[in-house]
Amino acid sequence: MFHYILRRLMLMIPILLGVSTLVFFIIHLVPGDPVDILLGETALDVNKQVLRQALHLDKPIFVQYGYYVWNLIHGDLGTSLVTNKPVLPTILSRYPATLQLSIAAMIIAMLIALPLGVLAAVKKYSIVDNVSMFVSLLGVSMPNFWLGPLLIIFFSIHLDWLPVSGRGTISHMILPSVTLGAALASILTRMTRSSLLEVITNDYVRTARAKGMRESRVIFKHALMNALIPIITVLGLQFGVLLAGSIITESIFSWPGIGREIVQALQRRDYPMVQGCVLFISFTYVVVNLLTDIMYSIIDPRIRLG
Amino acid sequence: MKNIFKFKNKLALVGTIIITVLIFTAICADFLVSEDPRTIDLQGAFSLPSSKHLFGQDQNGADIFSKIIYGAQTSLLVGFSTVLISLIIGTFFGTIAGYLGGIFDQLIMRAVDIFMAFPGLLLAMAISALMEPSIYNIIFALSFSGWVSYARIVRSQVLSLKQFDHVLAAQSLGASRRRIIFYHILPNALGPLIVAATFGIAGAIIGEAALSFLGIGAPPTVPSWGAMLDQGRQHLLDFPHLATYPGIAIMLAVLGFNFVGDALRDRFDPKSHME
Repeated sequence: MFHYILRRLMLMIPILLGVSTLVFFIIHLVPGDPVDILLGETALDVNKQVLRQALHLDKPIFVQYGYYVWNLIHGDLGTSLVTNKPVLPTILSRYPATLQLSIAAMIIAMLIALPLGVLAAVKKYSIVDNVSMFVSLLGVSMPNFWLGPLLIIFFSIHLDWLPVSGRGTISHMILPSVTLGAALASILTRMTRSSLLEVITNDYVRTARAKGMRESRVIFKHALMNALIPIITVLGLQFGVLLAGSIITESIFSWPGIGREIVQALQRRDYPMVQGCVLFISFTYVVVNLLTDIMYSIIDPRIRLG
Repeated sequence: MKNIFKFKNKLALVGTIIITVLIFTAICADFLVSEDPRTIDLQGAFSLPSSKHLFGQDQNGADIFSKIIYGAQTSLLVGFSTVLISLIIGTFFGTIAGYLGGIFDQLIMRAVDIFMAFPGLLLAMAISALMEPSIYNIIFALSFSGWVSYARIVRSQVLSLKQFDHVLAAQSLGASRRRIIFYHILPNALGPLIVAATFGIAGAIIGEAALSFLGIGAPPTVPSWGAMLDQGRQHLLDFPHLATYPGIAIMLAVLGFNFVGDALRDRFDPKSHME
């Protein structure tokens, strides 16, 4: 087990380095002088020169890359052009809000998907199955930047039940987390259905039925527990997608997380901030994937042997 | 068993109709609409749907109906181009990785891992934000991050297909590598690729709308459903019709491709027949 985790950790390093390199070259090879973008084309030449030196832009690109990696290893993601403060502390202070929203979205998605998926699998090819399949296709087709406004129109404006935006009470969390979790709920519903259908054909399920066990117990105790394994993997993989999805959801609901920060940075052309957020989200994604794999190998010991 | 295929076939039919209408709308936009979607008429700003303006007018008084019609052009252009470019790049690298194997496979798959480390639209957002807003830059940004999934599909298909008897037979007959790849392997990998491409078009349409919604996609002069939704969102409390029409348009377009993709997956995936 220890060796497995160690090996996976080592494999993570080249990926993180690759991610950083890709981000660096995207930002530096895109046409246009960064200094012009940062200061605007009307800026004085003196100011441009100062900034160019401060950002090491007067040096060859590989030297710049060296500085970049060196700073990155030391946890320095750069300085915001707007607030002039280091990027990383700002991101870290915004992170709990994003994490909270993503976890809430995940819980809501599970609460919808597990019962619906089990029902669809148990009543295979029935009306319930068809309806849940239709709803889940609808769910993946509904972009969150359309679902969000729709929920606001209905629940905040017409019914006046829930607040339009902000963070604070539980009621503030409901609309954003439903918006963020809807697509995941759809994916998980289909996953639960197909995973359960596959498990149900196994011998131990037949044995459980043969010894006269109640059907509900067969499904929930024997079948669902094993059907959960692939669902956990999907959940881990989708966590990164939730982080990315929170960019739009947070800006719709003015939720003070990384997502809203990145959108504001995009609008203010605060590139170090954008770069920092992109790196931070990707790094989180890579780490979550690793944790999922480790968890997966704990739940299902067959994985480690491979 | 039969029941489920009937239901799915109905969804696929609905999807096909939606896609056909969408393509027809995009091609015939000039004949369907008499008003320029860029017309500014501040007197008529925010006016509700009427016989003259079927879907009403937006914050600048532009006709929402004609913006929706021309928006279909933008969505489809981005959707099809992105998938086509991603498919070509993905198939190229996927074939090399799967067929040649060894160091090529290692290099390409590590690159794929790196691209996969950016969840969702994050990479496309970072690229799009740095470039001038234009349709071509959106297509570039979405293809730059989109080719990876096709490369993975092609690689796994090639890996299994190259073990097949008909490929071994062609090899022993002395067929050239190019002939084997283009005549014996790739045609057999088409099924999963078509399924992925259909879902890919839906994804690219959402991608374009999302980038435009964030203000880093289509330039203001190009009608885009995502940008309309963003502008409409700012007047959601008073004039919800501004956001409603582009929202429905995006959803229907995406739903159409997803319905068809879902039915195609059932056809091409033999597992679902055995259930």
